[in-house]
Amino acid sequence: MKKKNLKSIKTENNVVTNNDELLSSLRSMESSWIQKSRLKRRSKKKVRLSRSLKGDIFLSIVLGLFALFSAYPLVFTIFNALKPLDEIFIFPPKLFPNNITFDNFVDLFNLIGNTQIPILRYFYNTVFVTLLGTAGHVLIASLAAYPLAKHDFPGRTIINQIVVYSLMFSAAVTSIPNYMIISGLGLVDSPWAIIIPSWGFTLGLFLMRQFMVRVPTELLEAAKMDGAGEYTIYWKVVMPIVKPAWLTVVILLFQSLWSTDGGSLIFTESLKPLSYALQQIVSGGIARTGAAAAVSVIMLIVPISVFVINQSRIIDTMASSGLK
Amino acid sequence: MDIVKKELKIQKRKILVKNIKKQKIYYSMVAPFLTIFTVFTVIPVLASLFLSFTSYDLLQAPRFIGLGNYINLFLNDDIFIIALRNTFILAIVTGPLSYFMAFIFAWLINELPTKIRWLLTLIFYAPSISGNAYLLWGLIFSGDIYGYLNSFLINWGLIDSPILWLQTPENALPILIIVQLWLSLGVTFLSFTAGLKMVDKQLLEAAAIDGIRNRWQELWYITLPQMKPQLMFGAVMQITSSLGISGVSTSLLGNPSVEYSGHTIVTHLLDFGPGSTRLEMGYASAIATILFVIMLGANLLVQKILRRVGS
Repeated sequence: MKKKNLKSIKTENNVVTNNDELLSSLRSMESSWIQKSRLKRRSKKKVRLSRSLKGDIFLSIVLGLFALFSAYPLVFTIFNALKPLDEIFIFPPKLFPNNITFDNFVDLFNLIGNTQIPILRYFYNTVFVTLLGTAGHVLIASLAAYPLAKHDFPGRTIINQIVVYSLMFSAAVTSIPNYMIISGLGLVDSPWAIIIPSWGFTLGLFLMRQFMVRVPTELLEAAKMDGAGEYTIYWKVVMPIVKPAWLTVVILLFQSLWSTDGGSLIFTESLKPLSYALQQIVSGGIARTGAAAAVSVIMLIVPISVFVINQSRIIDTMASSGLK
Repeated sequence: MDIVKKELKIQKRKILVKNIKKQKIYYSMVAPFLTIFTVFTVIPVLASLFLSFTSYDLLQAPRFIGLGNYINLFLNDDIFIIALRNTFILAIVTGPLSYFMAFIFAWLINELPTKIRWLLTLIFYAPSISGNAYLLWGLIFSGDIYGYLNSFLINWGLIDSPILWLQTPENALPILIIVQLWLSLGVTFLSFTAGLKMVDKQLLEAAAIDGIRNRWQELWYITLPQMKPQLMFGAVMQITSSLGISGVSTSLLGNPSVEYSGHTIVTHLLDFGPGSTRLEMGYASAIATILFVIMLGANLLVQKILRRVGS
């Protein structure tokens, strides 16, 4: 290939008679160089990193075993939900169902708690809290993240620092005064007792801010030159660019709100979320095992689906999650 | 001189006020979040500190008792000492282990073909977002012959009669550790996965040419230094969650667990806090304050250590 190229250039050089031909031969030389350098780059990509076969095999086994450990309980839950009750208690237990049935799910909807509340009511409560909590948080926190990431104003550094510090302790630390504040605001025993505090989810603000730092400042300035106000820039320029970030935050908050059981904040049975109902069904004993598996499947399938849809975007966001 | 200094100060303040006025719009954007953050995070931390020096039952006004709560916690509350011990054991085992697991698995899948990597990321991450699916571990460790572990062991002739896994105090912590490790590939894992994708491939190739002999050297010399920000973020997430274990314990082992074998600082806090029968807010606040100090202290310490890595 190389030789051929050279030859053709040579022959071309030999027959050069006027400027035009000289130019075209130069051009062909140039293009052959580009080709060569491209080839070089491609071959560079194929540099074999130092890997040993033994190591590859060993690490694959480790990966496989851990994948099994990770997936087995979840797969078992899903299959259990599809088994008739007598198969769940077959001895020894089997992973795959012989006769697939949706009885457990049907049972679930017929199953009425001790206070006459249909399972759909719990489901609705969870959906309500999850949707309003997540949507409200994304709006409020992204609005705050934008100036904290891209603009300098007095107090900004301190706020950013406090946000990082607040990642360093869990919600349990603040649970007592929180309860008092929530009850002082008259929110106890309403879904808002969970929704409004969730808007202050600091990890969400942190991740969005980290991602927004990467938005090119020139872009914002250009928008400003065009006469856009800060709110317009935030909504029309920044938010579309940082979509991966807020989608990630949606997943994180979604899953934590989805699995909330209301704790001591909600005590009216008809306002309790699905996670609470699951705990009740699970503690209901052997007869409820099928129904419990069915609720577990509903509980886990929703956040996992949301994650599957957004997986690549999440990885993108997490790339900017680092602390300096 | 003094007059000049004063003048300067006034000038500076004027500029600050001017800045604040000009940047009013930024404050209006930050305000909603900051209000909620202040009401539900900043004030509660301070309030918790204040309440920890009082005796307070939610009905009568808090009564100042100095260090009384702390003295009682450390000298008269045997269960708190058990909780402290359990929390430390759980954190020391699951914290570093899950941190390294998150890194190792993120690193191992990083080189795999896209589709397999996608699937494994999903499998590894799924437990941490599957809500209360960890309740299934209750069936696995169930004490009758239908418990999966028992029936497996009986079936293979390893034991004759079922073992009461969840009711035996010696098993409490190992079971919690297993379930916690199962749950551990969460945000940290995703952060590492992303960080590894950002590592400069050309550096790795250059290193391969320069005589880096195996993947372990490559990891140590090339990959880790480039991932410092993600490593620090992951440490924060992992420390905070491993010191805050409680939900898994109360769901699987019950509250109280047999002989308080699965009792942690957070479960102890919940025993006295709102929703409990005791309603000793001052006492619970003292527990919360201790937890706060432990978490913040551990985080700042580890940050300091990690900052030194590679510099």
